[in-house]
Amino acid sequence: MAEVSSILLYVSFILYLIATLFFGASIRQKKGIQKQNPVSRTSVAGKIGIIITSIGFVLQVGYFVTRWIAGGYPPISNMFEFITFFSIMLVGAFMILYYLYRIPALGVFALPIVVILIGYASMFSRDITPLSPTLQSNWLIVHVMTTAAGQAILAISFVAGLIYLVKNVQQMSRAKAFWVEAIMFVLIIFVGFIAASTTFSIANYEMDLMYVNKEGEETQVTYHLPVIFGPHEYTVISEGGMEPLIELPAWVNAKQLNTLTWSFLTGAVIYLVIRLLARRRIADLLQPVLQKMNNDILDEVSYRSVLIGFPVFTLGALIFGMIYAHFAWGRFWAWDPKEVWALITWFFYSAFLHLRLSRGWHGEKSAWLAVIGFAIIMFNLIFVNLVIAGLHSYAV
Amino acid sequence: MERVKCECGHVNPPGTILCEACGKILVESEKNKKILDMRYEGTARRSQTYNRTIIDKIWSFFSSVKVGVVLIVLALIASAIGTILPQEMNTTMTVTPEQFYADQYGWFGRIYYALGFHNLYQSTWYMLLIASIGVSLVICSIDRAVPLYKALKRQRVTRHNSFLKRQRFFNEGPADNIQAHLQTVKERMERHRYRVLEENGNIFAEKGRFSRWGPYVNHIGLIIVLIGAMLRSAPGMYVNEMLWIKEGETKAIPGTNQQYYLKNHEFIVEVYDESDGEVYQEALKNRGNIAKNYQTNVTLYKAEGEVLPGEKPRLEEVKSGEIRVNHPFRFDHYGLYQASYKLHEMSAMTFQLVKKETDEVIGTITIDLYNPEKKYDLGNGYAVEILYYFPDVEFKDGIPQTKSPNPNNPAFAFQIISPEHPEGERSIVAIQQTLEPLGENDYKLAFQSVDTVNYSGLMVRKDRTLGLIAIGGAIFLFGVILGSFWQHRRIWIKQDGETVLVSAHTNKNWYSFMKEIEIILEDTALPIPVDRGSGLEKAVNENKGVGANG
Amino acid sequence: MTKKKRLVLRTTILTLLVLAIGFTVYMNIAGGRSDTAEVGKKAPDFVLKDLDGHEYRLSDYRGKGVFLNFWGTYCEPCKDEMPAMDRQYQIYKDQGVEILAVNVGEAELAIEKFINDYDLTFPVIVDESGDVQRAYGIFPLPATYLINSDGIIVDYITGRMDEADIQEYMERIKP
Repeated sequence: MAEVSSILLYVSFILYLIATLFFGASIRQKKGIQKQNPVSRTSVAGKIGIIITSIGFVLQVGYFVTRWIAGGYPPISNMFEFITFFSIMLVGAFMILYYLYRIPALGVFALPIVVILIGYASMFSRDITPLSPTLQSNWLIVHVMTTAAGQAILAISFVAGLIYLVKNVQQMSRAKAFWVEAIMFVLIIFVGFIAASTTFSIANYEMDLMYVNKEGEETQVTYHLPVIFGPHEYTVISEGGMEPLIELPAWVNAKQLNTLTWSFLTGAVIYLVIRLLARRRIADLLQPVLQKMNNDILDEVSYRSVLIGFPVFTLGALIFGMIYAHFAWGRFWAWDPKEVWALITWFFYSAFLHLRLSRGWHGEKSAWLAVIGFAIIMFNLIFVNLVIAGLHSYAV
Repeated sequence: MERVKCECGHVNPPGTILCEACGKILVESEKNKKILDMRYEGTARRSQTYNRTIIDKIWSFFSSVKVGVVLIVLALIASAIGTILPQEMNTTMTVTPEQFYADQYGWFGRIYYALGFHNLYQSTWYMLLIASIGVSLVICSIDRAVPLYKALKRQRVTRHNSFLKRQRFFNEGPADNIQAHLQTVKERMERHRYRVLEENGNIFAEKGRFSRWGPYVNHIGLIIVLIGAMLRSAPGMYVNEMLWIKEGETKAIPGTNQQYYLKNHEFIVEVYDESDGEVYQEALKNRGNIAKNYQTNVTLYKAEGEVLPGEKPRLEEVKSGEIRVNHPFRFDHYGLYQASYKLHEMSAMTFQLVKKETDEVIGTITIDLYNPEKKYDLGNGYAVEILYYFPDVEFKDGIPQTKSPNPNNPAFAFQIISPEHPEGERSIVAIQQTLEPLGENDYKLAFQSVDTVNYSGLMVRKDRTLGLIAIGGAIFLFGVILGSFWQHRRIWIKQDGETVLVSAHTNKNWYSFMKEIEIILEDTALPIPVDRGSGLEKAVNENKGVGANG
Repeated sequence: MTKKKRLVLRTTILTLLVLAIGFTVYMNIAGGRSDTAEVGKKAPDFVLKDLDGHEYRLSDYRGKGVFLNFWGTYCEPCKDEMPAMDRQYQIYKDQGVEILAVNVGEAELAIEKFINDYDLTFPVIVDESGDVQRAYGIFPLPATYLINSDGIIVDYITGRMDEADIQEYMERIKP
């Protein structure tokens, strides 16, 4: 059952890649027929795209169900499972917004992000891990699933905002255009992470080190990437392989930083290759494809995603989260970093809504806010989980 | 400022921009606008019109959405700062907080501590910041909801042309043969759940007005949540205590005023193993032990009458049960939560009294480490006396003393009495070492075994504000859903002599609204309104000279 | 609505908000726990036994000043303070000041040795359950509450005391 599950996920991964191509073709095909009502007619390529996406979605749900059956609990309890579930929700959210607005460009951006997410998730341990006592809770299941759904819908707001920015990149000041390109660069860093991890895992690279941790204890750590940053007072155990270049103090997580550096370096190489081949910024490369898009519709999609996503996120992350915490720890709010960042996300989208409603922040400003909002969500998912929460783990 | 009377006869409150009834523009500067700002229906926000006393000034300060957003952003930044390093309450420290932050995080930790960020969320300034958001919520809502309600209640079917022509969706056309189609349009509107009103051949269709109240409803919910959070600091509303209790022990439950006692029968830890299934094999191999269950089996007692601290109460059994993670034990508004544990704490030690020469075992003694006896009599002239007991021994300048009252590292000064030595031989025994300070002894106490006991760490919680916070949360969510899943849509059709004016307005999702209008007006003589844009396309159009949007 | 009515309404709402916030801030700063001992409040009553099983009830000492000291054999300053306390006790016990030395619940053996080693004459009582320490919010040792003849807490002292301090404290609670 567990194998079936992996295969289903893999196939859906491939399908999303194919669907992206069809959505891309669909935009090109539509040139000229886009007038008064640009989105009520869907091209053949767009139809094929959404059908393939739907099949991928069904297969991915299949992955979820089979893994649930295999493991005996809904697979949302570790990084691999959560990010994968988040990507399912993202496809779902995309399909809802596609149904409402029929914008193929949404797929051109949303599906690659889904692909990156699945790839990123797969770099974490894929073992079916039995649940520790804290995780054995139905409220936790409801909490995590609703939160993922809310975040996924909010992510569509990011996608629409990003399309808006890329589309209008040529009307922007140099500084703003630079930041649009920076978003593209960050997306490529994720690709870099996947590329680096995959390459060295195929090569079976492993490096064992002993080091002295914050508490002054001797600890062993295994690197799966060549060590640039060695931990505090390290000694190398493994034979061969690269010696660490720099030693870091104990309070820095050297392994995390090492991985980050590799992702950054690999991403930078990929980015440079693209730049050299295309001789243009990536945003400029994509811009012509999006030229015919209507700003008002993109803005509406972005805003509407926030309107739908915000209540769902509030319900899942804050309300269900508090109910779960109440049962697990007797306190519904503990100012744990993860909680605080959920609150920060909520503050942020509240500010977003107020700025839009009362101060008239439409269009580009709104698009930037959508991007920042998604950055906060990703920060909470990745950085807070891996770095900050590492300092303080849920005891018990 | 004066009240303004509109030509339609309606008397508007001072400062009104658009007549509440007919929508005529009352403020000169507004007439230059191509599209009206419909945010609050052009009503007067009270605070902006009166600004004389200090009260009015404070009021108008908090009434500003700009101020509200600034407060939200400040709260956001402050909250983020609190996550840079762990908060004091989320950390177990063995040294003072100041020391802890300096040791763990160097100069940064020092500054963090000095600025009070180690307790950021409990600090007065953070509380005041959140409270200001609360004040802003109350005042903003009062200031906007009241005039908006009045304006929406007073709106008339027939609107002034200046109002209709400055709507974002607008078109006009000849009124020749529209009569025949008006009925169809009305029916279609009703089919789309519009409330249709007619006056002198003019039509006003409206739906989803309730969604305009969403923001105010959700603000009420938030205010209730904040009141709940506030009440937690009121006496008796909130209890948060930790109870460390060892197996076999009966203790008063802190926070209950000696009313409830708890007995810990047993603390259990279970880990996953092969029997839990093939699928977990890989994870267990990679991750080692993974806990499956933490559980304390307990019995709850109630004390009879008032019990003073330190008094031995007469206990009456209430109920027995188990406390597991995610499954608290509840009684009388209190909850006991499995929060922590300590395994294998020493509770008793067993020694054999041995005659060194012959290795003959004279007898065995077991010493309760929490309450050792003064003397253990072994008969036949043999006895062991405890002169000194150090539960947590450390040697300072060679002299043994205890660090704490907990038996972490017990040591004893024994006097071994035997028929040969009725006065006794002195022996100091600690873990893995024996000292015979007064010369070589004939007898020794050989360590045999240690008994251990498990401690369970239970959290004692009572929170009487939960109900209020739950109600607030529910109202908030209801309000947000109301305001974001629905929209307030209005369509006006006005016949003005030879022409017919069609205008429409929604508070959001314009594109979807246009699709609906198109369906309603399809194949009629009525002109379909044109989206004159939100201004987003303008910049592009000017640059490219292409009209992408009608 | 007239201007005056509006002003009254606004003033009322703002006052309510300020009161609510003020209350919360005050409770937060003051600690807000009603059941623990606090200077200026009535000392929580308790009943504890000494090593011989005699019961001591705080409320029985109404009319006398009580020097309520919490100690442990492992506490370094206690070793210096206890003999000094004993000397002052000899002077003040006839002037209506009583010392109650509450041990934090150690093994009887350790307490007994300590009493004998230092020749203590005032009552030493044992808080085995820790309930009294909780009621008085004791951490760390040593800690002393000065209770006057009306049973009201006059002062709370943590940390080392020398003999002059002890004498001054005795004077303060002398009836």
